[in-house]
Amino acid sequence: MTTLQAPPAPARAAVPRVGAAAPTRRARSVTWSGLVWLAPALAVLAVFVYWPLLQNVFFSLLKWNIYSGEQTFVGLDNYVALAADPVFWHALTNNVWYAVISIVFQVFGALVLAAIVESVRSERWRKAFRAIYFIPSAISLTVAGLLFYFIYQPQSGLLNVLLQGVGLGQFSQAWLGHESTAVFAVIAMSQWQGFGYSVLLFSVALQRIPLEYYEAAELDGVGPVRRFFSVSLPLVREMTGLMMIVTVAGAFQVFNEVMVMTSGGPDNASQVLSTWLYHAGFVTDDFGSAAAIGVAIFVITLALAVAQLAYSRRRRVEW
Amino acid sequence: MVALARLGRGIRIVAVWTLLMALVVVVLYPLLWMVDSALKTNAELFLNPFALPSTPLWQNFVTAWRQGVGDFVLTSVSLTVLATLITELISAWAAYGLTRIRIPLNRTFTVLVLAGLMLAPTVALIPLVKMFQAMGLYDSFFGLLILYTAFRIPFTAFLMRAYMLDLPREVDEAASIDGASRRATFWRIILPMSMPIVVTTAVLNVLQNWNEYLFAMVFTSGTGVETLPVGLADMMSKNGTQYPIVFAGMVIAALPMVILFFVCQRYFVRGLAGGVGK
Repeated sequence: MTTLQAPPAPARAAVPRVGAAAPTRRARSVTWSGLVWLAPALAVLAVFVYWPLLQNVFFSLLKWNIYSGEQTFVGLDNYVALAADPVFWHALTNNVWYAVISIVFQVFGALVLAAIVESVRSERWRKAFRAIYFIPSAISLTVAGLLFYFIYQPQSGLLNVLLQGVGLGQFSQAWLGHESTAVFAVIAMSQWQGFGYSVLLFSVALQRIPLEYYEAAELDGVGPVRRFFSVSLPLVREMTGLMMIVTVAGAFQVFNEVMVMTSGGPDNASQVLSTWLYHAGFVTDDFGSAAAIGVAIFVITLALAVAQLAYSRRRRVEW
Repeated sequence: MVALARLGRGIRIVAVWTLLMALVVVVLYPLLWMVDSALKTNAELFLNPFALPSTPLWQNFVTAWRQGVGDFVLTSVSLTVLATLITELISAWAAYGLTRIRIPLNRTFTVLVLAGLMLAPTVALIPLVKMFQAMGLYDSFFGLLILYTAFRIPFTAFLMRAYMLDLPREVDEAASIDGASRRATFWRIILPMSMPIVVTTAVLNVLQNWNEYLFAMVFTSGTGVETLPVGLADMMSKNGTQYPIVFAGMVIAALPMVILFFVCQRYFVRGLAGGVGK
């Protein structure tokens, strides 16, 4: 809280000095004193973000004794154990499912949907659809997760009651209680929660395409489906690529909804990397292997971040 | 042929509207059901989840508030407001330093401030817990405040830097000719000119802080500093829970952000598009 009351004081006096060097030179000259403005950000990031990150790599090479708290250096043992841990691979597979399904719905599905929304003639309705679809993204994943926990309830949950109501009662089941359905029930909730966010972003990208392109295509007798593939799609390719990277990166960091809805159960069926990290760190108190999982997540997200950076650097489509 | 084409168009319009409206139902129904369930008795909720309550029990909201939700709201509001304010301030200083002052090794410092964008908070989780336990920050409001602030600086500074880069150079030069110090230039000129991006990032930070779950759950253990998401999840997992009370709590948690979105829609769009694209 002291940060609030301590604005960085630039080295120079606040009062203008009469006869000092030409003031315009100040803006141009290179000066270390400008670092004062960066100091708070750098200090906070160094201590609470970068240092723990480095420490995590070191931690992954240690073994903790749960009772004495004693640490011993064990080299790559934690990684070897992780590679032999079937739950780790299962969790990674679940993250991959998360990514694949999210790409289908939150990238391609959302793109098509955004194009459909933008094709509506009434401006008011376009706005309304975009806003309504976004609402679930404004409420937290925790609240959405709790809500769907109820919707998936075996006896009186909305989904099963609905299935029985339309004569599909044989499909009703404990969606979060079965190993085969749990993770997919969570992923489905996540699509519900997140698709409106992507639709909003794709709508923005589509709106940037000059109308003349569509008018020209329409004059040439090109139908709306072909207009989508021949005009819209190529011109929002950059946004699509970025959304894909962002979505995949998000899929490998997923935590909240899994924790709230299943805690990784039943029998670890719906574990993902970060919940498995949490389990290792705070349920079995195996900090070393939790740190090793952390390194795995770090490597994956770093690779995706590099991909994103490379992608953003490429020339945008010009028009 | 023309008639056929017109028919095709008609069918297409019907299909489009059916799809869009169906999705509206898919999105809104669960949310309305959440409100509906918050107004029922436990028995009503389990007997027929679809039915409307026989008499809406607004009392449930009062009960929820008294059973802890009031405390969660207090924690969440103070944490959200303070963390957002501090993040905005530290990020604005950093963005100003990076864009308007010629600092040696500018590129290196830019990378140092923005690289955090790419980090998943889980990666630093274990060392942070150890550090906070050692520093006595574990299970404290102040600890959460630090985490919320630190992990939002890269994103906020990123958007602010992009914005400040586009402000004309001449502004600073004019200020400097008039004898304004760097500090005065920041407070009187650059910061006011950057208000659109300050509001944009503030809105997104409020949303993020209000909804945050990972840190709030891992860094607290029970009473005193539970935020809304953590408190609600705890309420839910307790035995013999009156579920409508939890639903009422969920409505209390969700409503402010839905309202914020509708009031500040323009800023959301700008911030989200900027955060992904550039």
